[in-house]
Amino acid sequence: MKTKVGIIQFPGTNCEYDTQNAFAALGCETQILWHKEDTIPEGTDLLVVAGGFSYGDYLRSGAIAKMSPIMKAVKEYADNGGKVLGICNGFQVLTECGLLPGALKRNEGLHFISRHHYLKVASNNNAFLSQCAINDILNIPIAHHDGNFYIDPKGLVELYANDQVLLQYTDDKGNISNPNGSVDSIAGICNTNKNVFGLMPHPERAMESLLGSDDGRRMLDGFLSA
Amino acid sequence: MKAIVNVFLKNGVLDSQGKAVVHALLGHGFGSVSDVRVGKQIIIEMNETDADTAKAKVTQMCEDLLANTVIEDYSIEIQA
Repeated sequence: MKTKVGIIQFPGTNCEYDTQNAFAALGCETQILWHKEDTIPEGTDLLVVAGGFSYGDYLRSGAIAKMSPIMKAVKEYADNGGKVLGICNGFQVLTECGLLPGALKRNEGLHFISRHHYLKVASNNNAFLSQCAINDILNIPIAHHDGNFYIDPKGLVELYANDQVLLQYTDDKGNISNPNGSVDSIAGICNTNKNVFGLMPHPERAMESLLGSDDGRRMLDGFLSA
Repeated sequence: MKAIVNVFLKNGVLDSQGKAVVHALLGHGFGSVSDVRVGKQIIIEMNETDADTAKAKVTQMCEDLLANTVIEDYSIEIQA
């Protein structure tokens, strides 16, 4: 059975076809889901909230998208244990709607950052990064203006206590290197039930070594073997 | 009725834009500037006649959408 991946599309989403291409390359069956849909197709194994600039990032990144009809269905899907992955703007949407803790603020240096960045795997005790080893270094593109992960000190303690910190920004040796001011250089997290995942970097843009890196394959592969 | 909503980052959450504006103002010779906070103002026109009802509705709007209470505080002023 092919893994069935649904990819959420809002007005302003721009990574849905890259995401579709990435999962198709891994042998998945994919379907784009327009934000006005109010149900998730039967048999969906993974929902991806793709990157981009939903609603032009008006008000706050991801804020308007959380009010879309499909997000109610996404919440129900997640509450029933369904796996959800938010990439970049998708991560912002998932924090805005409360499926993931914390928030994404404007980058500390105020600039939009678009370049490859190294990440260190902080936890692999979850479906997403099950094919990676702890402390693996991955080379993945980042492209965001609001990627500065914030969580209050109490929330941060809980994240570590529950093994919810997935990825941290580092250099190629695994030393912390923080591009955007994120608390503890955090690039990706999951919820306590480990079925909702969010990260600012773009694994779907790291699928071909010819294009700079294929480390994204190892990340997304986790969803197939789970 | 009109509601004026001000949304700012909470105290303790670094306001990078405010800090950048401080540096710019100091650089332009406004040496007395000690802090700047950058936020946003949202002005809402409403068909309401009761100020308390209007404020309750705007409070709900802030909680649901206008502010992200993980990082932001908001204030509401109702004008007739």
